[in-house]
Amino acid sequence: MTAQSTSQSTSLSMAAALNRAMADALAEDPTVLVFGEDVGALGGVFRVTDGLEARFGSHRVFDTPLAESGIVGTAIGMAMNGLRPVVEMQFDAFAYPAFEQITSHLAKLRNRTRGRIGLPVVIRVPYGGGIGGVEHHCDSSEAYYTHTPGLTVVTPGTPDDAYRLLRDAIASPDPVIFLEPKRRYWSKGEVTFEGSTPMDRAVIRRPGRDVTVIAYGPMVATALETAEAATEEGWDVEVVDLRSLAPFDDETVCASVRRTGRAVVVHEASGFGGYGAEVAARVTERCFHHLHAPVLRVTGWDIPYPPPKLEEHHLPNVDRILDTIARLQWDDEVVGVRGA
Amino acid sequence: MVPTRELLPTAEPLSLLRKDGSPVEDSPLAMPDDDVLLELHRRMVVGRRFDTQATALTKQGRLAVYPSSRGQEACEVGAVLALREQDWLFPTYRDCVALVTRGVDSAETLTLLQGGWHLGYDPYVHRVGPQCTPLATNTLHAVGFAHAARLKGEDTAALVLVGDGATSEGDTHEALNFAGVWKAPVVFLVQNNGYAISVPMSKQNAAPSLAHKGIGYGVPSVLVDGNDVAAVYAVVKEAVEAGGPTLIEALTYRIEAHTNADDATRYRTSDEVAAWLDRDPVDRIEAYLTARGLLTPERRAAVAAEAEEFAAGVRAALNTDHEHDPMSLFEHVYATPTRHLREQAALLAEELA
Repeated sequence: MTAQSTSQSTSLSMAAALNRAMADALAEDPTVLVFGEDVGALGGVFRVTDGLEARFGSHRVFDTPLAESGIVGTAIGMAMNGLRPVVEMQFDAFAYPAFEQITSHLAKLRNRTRGRIGLPVVIRVPYGGGIGGVEHHCDSSEAYYTHTPGLTVVTPGTPDDAYRLLRDAIASPDPVIFLEPKRRYWSKGEVTFEGSTPMDRAVIRRPGRDVTVIAYGPMVATALETAEAATEEGWDVEVVDLRSLAPFDDETVCASVRRTGRAVVVHEASGFGGYGAEVAARVTERCFHHLHAPVLRVTGWDIPYPPPKLEEHHLPNVDRILDTIARLQWDDEVVGVRGA
Repeated sequence: MVPTRELLPTAEPLSLLRKDGSPVEDSPLAMPDDDVLLELHRRMVVGRRFDTQATALTKQGRLAVYPSSRGQEACEVGAVLALREQDWLFPTYRDCVALVTRGVDSAETLTLLQGGWHLGYDPYVHRVGPQCTPLATNTLHAVGFAHAARLKGEDTAALVLVGDGATSEGDTHEALNFAGVWKAPVVFLVQNNGYAISVPMSKQNAAPSLAHKGIGYGVPSVLVDGNDVAAVYAVVKEAVEAGGPTLIEALTYRIEAHTNADDATRYRTSDEVAAWLDRDPVDRIEAYLTARGLLTPERRAAVAAEAEEFAAGVRAALNTDHEHDPMSLFEHVYATPTRHLREQAALLAEELA
């Protein structure tokens, strides 16, 4: 990975940072391709690929037929033939037709072929809710991918990470599921264009002494808001942004929990069998003697994603996270597990 | 300039040789040269011997399972020999004969079915993709591969093998559509052997033929006699040289059951099998070459001896016990093992210590 080092930083939206990451990768490496539905002239339904076809030509950035299995399946063939495809699944739930290609081939070919075929493919998936989308446009599908050995799964929480993680994902020799928190596409932040944190490492977004809130993607901003609100309650909240869901950074997360003695995992996806269960289990296995309370989760309910006018009742928010922090046995009270 | 090609297949399958080996006088196909015909015959005889040897090894417990392609040798051999060196083959689990015809080592071909690992050969050495077990997914890999070659300015075609059952899978249709839109140099060869495990054509397809499915995607389509190796060779060669996508349906028959674990008597009659044995693809080319004086008794004996020698090599390789290193489980999941997998590898190492 050759990080493009510039001393400049600039304020960009997450969508613009992702666009810049693809543009820089296309400019530096002639084997990089960007394709998918509506990514060409339109620039993607979220404009994340805006201007790329015009700048790099329709042989490198192009629209495909509307068929997700076809997009991923042909990307596999292209990667076998030496190219580095970056493909877009238009929305989270629209990636499901490609599930077989992802789980049976993309994730496994390196292993099946004893390392002879490596597939440097990036699948960009705008995911999650909070944008008033109708059904099939708001799923949090991360657990399907993190449960599949062979896949790397990352999700940025800030525009700076969006740029850096996407550059690293494109440079990776392995397939990467790149989950883009669509409700944060328009949030701005400083982008430095420099890589300081490896792709497989979590970062502490806000240091704190009392409790570790573990979040990723769209919930990083919510966790930081919660941390600010929590100061009024007298809690000093540490926020860990996982960045990489697979592999999971036990070291950074557990070091934080050992310091604070309390942990809450937050994600939009349903809780049952969800990613937070894995985090809670791993933290408990490794930090049991440092914990003052069970690791708790704040997640979406165990329901199909609700319609837009009800989604506010489904998605984790500051109040729910604060309520959950309050249940972490601060005064030796009996713990109540939400939803139990 | 690629000549205009018909989108619809002919009503009757194209052929060069009748079932008795006599030549078809008015065929639109070009009869392969004599040396090619002799090579097609030689490779079919060796391929069939390989196939019967693999079936026998299954009965001896040396292979976990073997999907035989007996009866389909004209497709397996004719299509592969029509490829140029730079072209790629994307086979399925039933195409071991195609693999050995392409030059893949027979023991490495059988690694998947022997159970040592999921793949035994290096795909880049002979330009052969991994044998595909899920149906039809390899069609998209072939299209992507061929399109990438074109983007890189390389003259490479991809031949993807599927069965009749795979034409019902969505990926076949997405692949035909992508290939049509991209004009990708991909030859889709459907070996219609009559059955998807036990399900016959009548329950699989309502179109006049499987080749008819090409028209909806703008892909020129060909229906060919899949037991006529000269015809299969000719249509695949023409499709490769055409430079765009072609859908070929080859009518053939699976003489053995789906695999050694299947009981074909539950869904088809012995009369039906006998009728197809009467149309045997090896007998057909032998009859033609013998009538023309090209296949002498000496050459025939030499080919038979070569096939026996090949089978002996397969037996020797498969009867050798290999150590399987449990620690190899953790290799090649990622380019660099993750911390998590290194921890799990250490746990297994402790168990083994």
